[in-house]
Amino acid sequence: MLCDVCQTKEANVFFTQIVNGQVQKVNLCEECSKQKGVTDPTGFALAELLLGMGTTQEKPEAKVTGILCPVCGFSQAEFKRVGRLGCPHCYEALRSDVETVLGNLHKGTRHTGKIPARAAASAAGNRLEALRRDLAKAIDEEKFEDAVRLRDEINALAPTIAPPPSTAS
Amino acid sequence: MMRFSTLVRQPAAWMLPEGPHADIVISTRIRLARNLASRPFPGWAKKEERLASLAELQPGVEALPDMADGFSADLTKLDPLQKQVLVERHLISREQAAKGPGSAAVINRAQNLSIMINEEDHLRMQAILPGLDLTRAYGMLDAVDTQLESTLPFAYHNEFGYLTACPTNLGTGLRASTMMHLPGLVLSEQINQVIHSANRIGLAVRGIYGEGTEALAHLFQVSNQNTLGEREREIISRLEKVIEQIIQREHDARQKLLQTNPTKLRDHLGRAYGVLRHAHTIETKEALNFLSMLRLGQDLSLLNPGNRLLIDHLLVEIQPAHLQLAAKKKLSAEERDALRAELLRLHLRNLPEPETTPPTTPPPSQE
Repeated sequence: MLCDVCQTKEANVFFTQIVNGQVQKVNLCEECSKQKGVTDPTGFALAELLLGMGTTQEKPEAKVTGILCPVCGFSQAEFKRVGRLGCPHCYEALRSDVETVLGNLHKGTRHTGKIPARAAASAAGNRLEALRRDLAKAIDEEKFEDAVRLRDEINALAPTIAPPPSTAS
Repeated sequence: MMRFSTLVRQPAAWMLPEGPHADIVISTRIRLARNLASRPFPGWAKKEERLASLAELQPGVEALPDMADGFSADLTKLDPLQKQVLVERHLISREQAAKGPGSAAVINRAQNLSIMINEEDHLRMQAILPGLDLTRAYGMLDAVDTQLESTLPFAYHNEFGYLTACPTNLGTGLRASTMMHLPGLVLSEQINQVIHSANRIGLAVRGIYGEGTEALAHLFQVSNQNTLGEREREIISRLEKVIEQIIQREHDARQKLLQTNPTKLRDHLGRAYGVLRHAHTIETKEALNFLSMLRLGQDLSLLNPGNRLLIDHLLVEIQPAHLQLAAKKKLSAEERDALRAELLRLHLRNLPEPETTPPTTPPPSQE
């Protein structure tokens, strides 16, 4: 019988391992057994591993097909491992993973607190733009009651918007 | 900017026995986490990226009016002892002290405002005040945040709010906490019940030094866990209500101990007094626990009042880094224990003995 590793020399070291009723046999020549360091009984697992004849349930390494953050390269797998993210953009890139954990962590899943002035200004700015579009449309369609209401809303909102900061991002 | 030695010459603001409920609430801390919109979080950033974030953040932080004449240092410029002193004063976190290049700490002169750069998040800003003062601490920090956001582009998401390295801080980025002295609840074995009830409503209670009933000096930190889905003021007022209840329970527990087991209480106090006044070598753990008993004794008027300032200072001054700072050299554990005992004997030498007779007439000859 030839050695399972080198396939050239005669095997004279024989391992038999039974895992979950499945018998695994490994036959090695003396040199290969020494080289693999499996001459003592505790070397069973090692022999199994080295010969790639595992009977255990070990799955092959999960392929890195997970999502990556396009900005910083942080992976879904990394998030699962450390529980933190790589950069602010990860929150969009790995959004579904983040949302899975949020429910358990917090009171809600939407921010209701402080809004930075920039974000508030841009939100109000967007609203103002929308109102002006609606107003133009209402006038076009001669819906004057709507137009009056929209004009009042615009007049109330416009002064609350500070001019955008010069370094707006 | 001021030097380290100048900074630590004065006690931190929170160490003063002031503020509402100062007998039970030692200090209040509010922390906000903020990040730059277009840079990787410190934990994922490469060294060059961390340095770039630091360069973007540090000038703005140092330029805050609150930081005028304050202290600012790269963590790499501080030696291990200096960092440990800042940790013992709660001005930087243990995690921050362990950080390499690219991390910095900026602290104001009164030591009630400290801003860590490149900790877990780009900015960890905290206000620490003595006593129970959550609203004022938040007000201070909110103003600082508003000033910074006018020049720094913070990462903000319309749904998720302020984006943080860890989703546990997402939304408001707000952690509100108080350091509480709860010997009554520990001695009457109610503390675990309090911890469990607080946990059930989303608050964390942890020992400041050690965990659970083993918490040294009977000091506990009570803080919010949720940061998303509630407004800042809601988080704070919910926490405040619970803290007020814990204060009430602690008062009740103390009164009950005084009534039902005055001998045990006096024995604890007497032993603490005896050891602290006369020991020649004492470990941090033992010193903290005995100082806690002195603090309790003085709050129950079993000990000459007016010593809380001294006791609260000693709680910090006997810690390893503070001792070595005072000694101006590195000390072995044995040397520290001897110096700690010496410091305690010196500072407590004029502390009058605890009252030995109960203030009310004792019942006739009880065995």
